[in-house]
Amino acid sequence: MGEPLLACRNLSISYRTRSGDVPAVSGFDLEVGRGETVGLVGESGCGKSTVAFAIMRHLGRSGFIADGSIRFDGRDLLAMEGEELRRLRGGAIGMVYQEPMASLNPSMTIGRQLAEVPMIHGGAGRGEARRQALEMLERVQLPDPERIMESWPHQLSGGQQQRVVIAMALLGRPRLLILDEPTTALDVTVEAGIVALIGGLARELGTSVLFISHNLGLIRETCERVCVMYAGEAVETGRVGAVFGAMRHPYTRGLLNAVPVPGADKNARPLVPIPGTLPLPGERPPGCNFHPRCGFFEPGRCDRGVIPMREAGPDHTARCVRFEEIDWAAARPRRMPAAIASPGEKVLEVEGLRKYYALPEKPLAALIEGGGGQAVRANESIDFAAREAETVAIVGESGCGKSTFAKVLMGLETATDGQIRLAGREVGSVPVERRRPSTVGLLQMIFQNPFETLNPSHSVGYQIARVVRRFGGLRDREAVRARVMELLDLVRLPRAFHDRRPRQLSGGQKQRVAIARAFAGDPRVVVADEPVSALDVSVQAAIARLLLDIQRRNGTTLLFISHDLGLVRYLADRVLVMYLGRIVEQGTVEEVFSPPYHPYTEALLSAAPVADASVSKRRILLEGELPSATSPPPGCPFQTRCPRKLGRICETELPPERVFGGGHKILCHIPPEELEAVAPVLETPAEAAD
Amino acid sequence: MLRLAARRFASMALIMVTVSLILFAIFETDKLAVAGKVLGPYSSVEQRELWLAENGYDRAFLVRYTEWIWNAVQGDFGQSLRFKVPVAEILWPRLAATGILAACVFALMVPISLALGVLAGMREGSRTDRAISIGSVVTTSVPEFASATFLTGLLVFKLGWLPGTSSMAGGFAPLELVLPVLVLVLYDFGYVARMTRASMAEVMTSPYIRTAILKGLPRRRVILVHGLRNALIAPFTIIVLQLNWLLSGVIVVEVFFAYKGFGALLYDAATFGDIYLIEACALVAVFVAVLSQFISDIGYMLLNPRIRFA
Amino acid sequence: MALSHPLPEEDEAQPVAPAPAWRGPLAALGRLRESPIAMTGAGILLFWATLALLAPVLPLLDPNTPMEPFKFPGDVARDGETVFWLGTDHKGRDMLSRLVWGSRRVLVWASLATACAYVAGVLMGLVAGYRGGWRDEVISFAANVLLSFPVMVLYIVVITRLGASGLNIVLAVTFASAPGIMRIVRGLALDLKSRDYVQAARARGEGPWRIMLVELLPNVRGPLIVDACLRLGYTTVTIAMLGFLGLGLPPPDPDWGQMIAETQPLGSLAGHMALLPAAAITSLVLGFNLLADGLREISLRD
Repeated sequence: MGEPLLACRNLSISYRTRSGDVPAVSGFDLEVGRGETVGLVGESGCGKSTVAFAIMRHLGRSGFIADGSIRFDGRDLLAMEGEELRRLRGGAIGMVYQEPMASLNPSMTIGRQLAEVPMIHGGAGRGEARRQALEMLERVQLPDPERIMESWPHQLSGGQQQRVVIAMALLGRPRLLILDEPTTALDVTVEAGIVALIGGLARELGTSVLFISHNLGLIRETCERVCVMYAGEAVETGRVGAVFGAMRHPYTRGLLNAVPVPGADKNARPLVPIPGTLPLPGERPPGCNFHPRCGFFEPGRCDRGVIPMREAGPDHTARCVRFEEIDWAAARPRRMPAAIASPGEKVLEVEGLRKYYALPEKPLAALIEGGGGQAVRANESIDFAAREAETVAIVGESGCGKSTFAKVLMGLETATDGQIRLAGREVGSVPVERRRPSTVGLLQMIFQNPFETLNPSHSVGYQIARVVRRFGGLRDREAVRARVMELLDLVRLPRAFHDRRPRQLSGGQKQRVAIARAFAGDPRVVVADEPVSALDVSVQAAIARLLLDIQRRNGTTLLFISHDLGLVRYLADRVLVMYLGRIVEQGTVEEVFSPPYHPYTEALLSAAPVADASVSKRRILLEGELPSATSPPPGCPFQTRCPRKLGRICETELPPERVFGGGHKILCHIPPEELEAVAPVLETPAEAAD
Repeated sequence: MLRLAARRFASMALIMVTVSLILFAIFETDKLAVAGKVLGPYSSVEQRELWLAENGYDRAFLVRYTEWIWNAVQGDFGQSLRFKVPVAEILWPRLAATGILAACVFALMVPISLALGVLAGMREGSRTDRAISIGSVVTTSVPEFASATFLTGLLVFKLGWLPGTSSMAGGFAPLELVLPVLVLVLYDFGYVARMTRASMAEVMTSPYIRTAILKGLPRRRVILVHGLRNALIAPFTIIVLQLNWLLSGVIVVEVFFAYKGFGALLYDAATFGDIYLIEACALVAVFVAVLSQFISDIGYMLLNPRIRFA
Repeated sequence: MALSHPLPEEDEAQPVAPAPAWRGPLAALGRLRESPIAMTGAGILLFWATLALLAPVLPLLDPNTPMEPFKFPGDVARDGETVFWLGTDHKGRDMLSRLVWGSRRVLVWASLATACAYVAGVLMGLVAGYRGGWRDEVISFAANVLLSFPVMVLYIVVITRLGASGLNIVLAVTFASAPGIMRIVRGLALDLKSRDYVQAARARGEGPWRIMLVELLPNVRGPLIVDACLRLGYTTVTIAMLGFLGLGLPPPDPDWGQMIAETQPLGSLAGHMALLPAAAITSLVLGFNLLADGLREISLRD
């Protein structure tokens, strides 16, 4: 194949800080061939974005390349300066960033921002540049490119903004496209569209792609070769099939075991977390960076010297001294005996729940401006019930109303209409401030953002103790302290954490404290709003498992709100799928994850990237954007994007709720027989063999 | 956008009504005191009551307020007790004099502070940045009466280059404007420069500037086209709001240099107890301040596409 | 209920890394040494605070007794013993003593007034930001009305109506500063109230005052410290400015602003009489501003 387009050799990048130079990346090797798509995968802080910006030669004032070389197209990239470098950036190398909104200039129209590229790199005139920009907008499949040209960034949705950034990168006719977590800020169905677009365009234009992501599934589905990074080093590189199917580094194996697969349920394939935490850049251990967390650690070999990358097969290298000795087949997680949770009585019943927000929110302002204002229809007629010891997952993309529903349940907002009965007591129209303390104690919540869930000004112990005092009926200092310690044990945190401040804890540890706090008052129902989505993959598994264990042990009802289908499959007994404020499908996990599907569930399942190489999947791409909740479409809420739309009836009438035996209900016009005839989206080898 | 502007206008009007009501209540609720001020400290209670009855003070508070504010809107603020002429006759010329002063200050301060702020913010942490930042902290730490003292000590008493008072006794003399303008600029430019610097520095570290650099744009274009446009939105509003601060500084400076402007007038009125004149001056001062707030809000909306094309 | 599998024995709860660098201006107070600017400011303030505190015990002449007028710094009195280290003023009062006692006066009243403004501003800001609704409308409108007065105009209105006294100055400063503080706190509270820990507190049924005082207040403290430094400096200027305009604390006790006003026109005779108090006030304000600047710089670092 000759010389690769991009080659990093022994690359080391450091940052100057007040306490000396801190290495971010060390001894990093990477090759990207012509026309090839290479993935760079790792958890936050592993140095993958640093590599990307080093290639762009944009490391900020404090970052510098300490050692090694980067060659691009036969030229030494590190020797480039001034004009040469400027022509390379945005020309031969294009880049797409993580936050599309922030990456576009807020006070320039899209057209002007795009036209700059051909004017600078192609020497095009204003008219020619405009024509090229318009053409590129069409190629990234944006509707009405003329209108987009005249738009300002804030007028576009996240997905559209990212398409604009991609168009901007492609306008320079790059030979290498660097994508730095391009879909992390987007919803799965939007992500699926963007990923398909990039793949198609790169193939069409013969562009090489360096795809950086923390999402293993995404990398597996889009890339040909992959490089797994850990703590500033490449630990394994090779073809995607080899690395994901026959990995030769314990970290890669750990990552894959920690990711839930939509095809598997919690009992068949338990999640196995990676113990410990990622070392901070300045505090990496001697020898193998992974050795403190590795199950195959051998003293004297793994913890000293420099561990080199070694050949592990054709086009496959791994940075592990023991990979020949490890029995990779046996190291696969064993099947666990299924535990049948037997749901008890109904604890929570929701009937016809509706929540509208008035816009604008300020009453006096509304008076001055006149007019009643619009309403955001966050929830439209929600009905379901949850039983004791049951885990009910609520699934949907951002804006579907799942978080609003949680707030109404908690009493942080009050319902516009409908009833919520908690252990027989009506709470739907009662704000939390007016609920009886005994009722409040029945229902507790775990929040999404670990960095906001604890008050930074109070110690961990104080924050748990406050709940114990309120709901545990304990007054005595010693008794409270003892109970707090018990709770710390329960969430597997050392008792010394009692006096720690939140800023001294990692994200996962904070979320453990939040779990302890939620369970401190022995609630009957716990609402968990995306409790692990802000955490790294390896930590996610540990927290999810902990949550499930405590819930089962206490017989608590868990309402688990998530956008991650894999996790839902793993955690839940029953699933509600929400779209635009309505439940479009509900049933047990098995029912929802296999046909018949609601067309939205089907698309959602197809959009979720799968890391497991043995799972095959049917592709369904959704078009268009999520409609605004202030003016939802008439008829079926999903009709504007539905690939299985029947015709006029979908646009005019709200679909009937079709019941498929038991509690499996689908809100759709399509006749039940047709829905039942749909093939499964995901096929695992085991299922295929049946 | 238009709706927002209308809302701002409504709130501006509401504030003006409230302020005028407060001013009127402060100064004219105690009727006997008003009469005392008008007739002098040696007038008897009977004389004062007679005067009050003659001048319609026996009517309800709101009626009197409505009459007062109606007259004020038409430019009739009553009779000045100190100058024995209608308030309007002295108010407008004095306001014009202060306007000249303010115009000079702005003409100097805006370019200096914007240039220094942009220069400092372009490369955060550079030597230029540090020098400008510290320099502006130091100059904003010198209160107007202190810097006036220093400058007079040096330029008037020691070197004898400039006149020490600016009363314009012999007609309009531009030289007499130098010290007051210098003092005000010295105190005010630092704040605007620092705000410009902060805004510029923030913009230069934003992801969209990174996009512009990694697009391969020349540095000049990155700064002039992508940076400045966004970085100057915040300083614009701050500059307009400086008018409010300037009105405060103007009082001290005009008193110090005996400049016959609006600030000195307000001060004279206050020390003399000339209630009608205080009312008028305060009302005008608040009006200018509220108007500048309004202009700044509207300007911000116009400059910011996120609001303009919401 | 039986467990399907034992609780995970592995977890990331290993010995944690040493506490990461403290953030926020509050914590920055402990890291003053990192910023030469902040150290300079703190040094100046410490100098004046010490002088002000020790004024009664220092071997100073009486600040209000007229002795020999127009003495220059370093001049010796007619008795041949007393040295006027910084000279005397036009009434023959010792400048050094007047400067020291003046610092005491300005620091005491500036701190008192700023503290009052803070109590009022923080409480109003918390209520407006956290409770919202009509409370916010009312408080914000009141603040807008007060902020629409150019500060000096507000002072003049308050002082001419109520008379010049320490208490009225405190009142005027509160009127002038509290709305600004209220706006800052309101903004912080608005931001903080959507934080999950505040929602968690609501979800366990905590009352609004407990949430405002226990959950919010400790977290708005940090950003307010820089503002407090700046505001102390500005209040110092204000008090001196009122003194200069003859609207401040009544004489004869020494007041920096008054000292400038009385002696500045005599600058051609003896410049030091006005220059010294002007330098004093400048240095004090500079101290506050440098400290604020340094604190902000430290808190923005990392």
